[in-house]
Amino acid sequence: MKLLETVGSCVIQGLAYVGGLTMQSWSELRATPRLLPVLGKRGRWLTAMRQMAEIGVDALPIVSVLSVCAGFILAMQTGAVLRRYGALQYVMDVVGVGFTRELGPILTALIVCGRSGSAFSAEIGTMVVTSEIDALRTMALDPIEFVLTPKYIAAMITIPCLSIISNTFGILAGSAFMHITTRITLPMYLRYIYNTIELRDILTGLLKSVVFAGIIVNVGCMEGLRVKGGPDAVGRSTTSAVVRSTYLVIIADAFFTAIFYLVRMTGA
Amino acid sequence: MADPIISVDGLTVEYEGKRVLESVSLNIEPGEVMVLVGGSGSGKTTMLRHIIGLERPTSGTVRVRGVDINRCSEEELMAIRRTMGVAFQECALFNSLSLEENIELPLQELTTLADPVIEIMTYMKLAAVGLGESGKLMPPELSGGMKKRAAVARATALDPEILVFDEPSAGLDPIVAAGLDELILFMKRAFQMTILVVSHEMASAFRIADRIAMLDCGSLLAVDSKDAFRKNANPRIRQFLDRVPDPITESPIVREHIRELAGLTGATK
Repeated sequence: MKLLETVGSCVIQGLAYVGGLTMQSWSELRATPRLLPVLGKRGRWLTAMRQMAEIGVDALPIVSVLSVCAGFILAMQTGAVLRRYGALQYVMDVVGVGFTRELGPILTALIVCGRSGSAFSAEIGTMVVTSEIDALRTMALDPIEFVLTPKYIAAMITIPCLSIISNTFGILAGSAFMHITTRITLPMYLRYIYNTIELRDILTGLLKSVVFAGIIVNVGCMEGLRVKGGPDAVGRSTTSAVVRSTYLVIIADAFFTAIFYLVRMTGA
Repeated sequence: MADPIISVDGLTVEYEGKRVLESVSLNIEPGEVMVLVGGSGSGKTTMLRHIIGLERPTSGTVRVRGVDINRCSEEELMAIRRTMGVAFQECALFNSLSLEENIELPLQELTTLADPVIEIMTYMKLAAVGLGESGKLMPPELSGGMKKRAAVARATALDPEILVFDEPSAGLDPIVAAGLDELILFMKRAFQMTILVVSHEMASAFRIADRIAMLDCGSLLAVDSKDAFRKNANPRIRQFLDRVPDPITESPIVREHIRELAGLTGATK
């Protein structure tokens, strides 16, 4: 009975957390028009642009380097197995499809989780501790619109873009491996990849990265807003933001992969 | 007599079963300076947070200009908040914005004034608190006293009817604290604002207050004019005014622990 109670309570807490994230996401979505250029309030879109630079442009070096490494590792590992069966050319299929559907979005999401998810939480947590969020409320300004929505818009735009960049670098790393092992040229490699990858592979990958972006930004912001106490609570919220968003990103990835797999199976 | 601009009635607040405020009732008249005093943990800041609508009470009502801020619509609450300026204990300046931008923020977001007008108003607000030449500085570059004055400038940006201060002189030296008292009195004289100050600095309270209210352990002990408050015979108020410390109660557990540490356990058994 005790075990059932514990499990039940964990499930309720989990659902309440996801419900909170959904409500927060809805509030951000409703506030989005007020941050758009021309339509929105004066100069507010500049805040979203600054966030885009922080989340996207500043993450370019790490995303590029890690994607090149991951692409090369994937090509080497699959090449080592496929070579035994004389099927080395299928490395290109694995790298191309693997990156567009899976590795690009998840790798990018995990990097942004660690880099920006923790930063969102720390920034908002500090604003809570120093009463800046309360100050916004007392000035009749909505913290969701003023603090969270610029991050939301920036993440929704930049994380899919970073995923595309990750796909590109990962696939190019595969070409380096293929050139070393089979002397295949870059144009030939790219033509093969072009014929292998379908549009829906790219679209499913992008859809996943949009969902991951929503998870990262909302978990980071929610953990920051839930800070109670002093600076040590900010540290705890940062850790919690990274851990929870990593969990949720991977669970969401498994869920979407299963859905897409079933759709493909029923469609085939 | 005019209707109170702020009316707190039977305010009771509980956190996780612990009662922090116990049926507190207080009226603040338009144009007066009310100082809410009390020891640490007496519930002053909790009461202030309920008056400015940041938290909802367990029971009781808080009315600002006749509107029950816990039962009104979001639009009404926003309208009420625009008539209140709050200077927090931590100042709560936005560290990513310069001093000017901190003051401009409410003007840009909540008014339709043109940018040059906002610029002039910002300068006037900063000049009124003696920071006219410091607008380009970032909050971390300011001293404690400058931050407090900047917080006052931001709180008055929209020319509110009600100005609320949480521990304005906390952490300031006596000269800077006295300067802040003068600034509060200037705000009252120049703009006829209703001012609520939460403090435990009695010198400051007697300098600026029209009336003083004292909270103790979540209950309101007295609400008096400053002269009547000074003469109040309530033992707890006398203790507060005369700076008499609470006796340290000798706990048998602590006594036994000290005896253990000293190796005397069982010596008297």
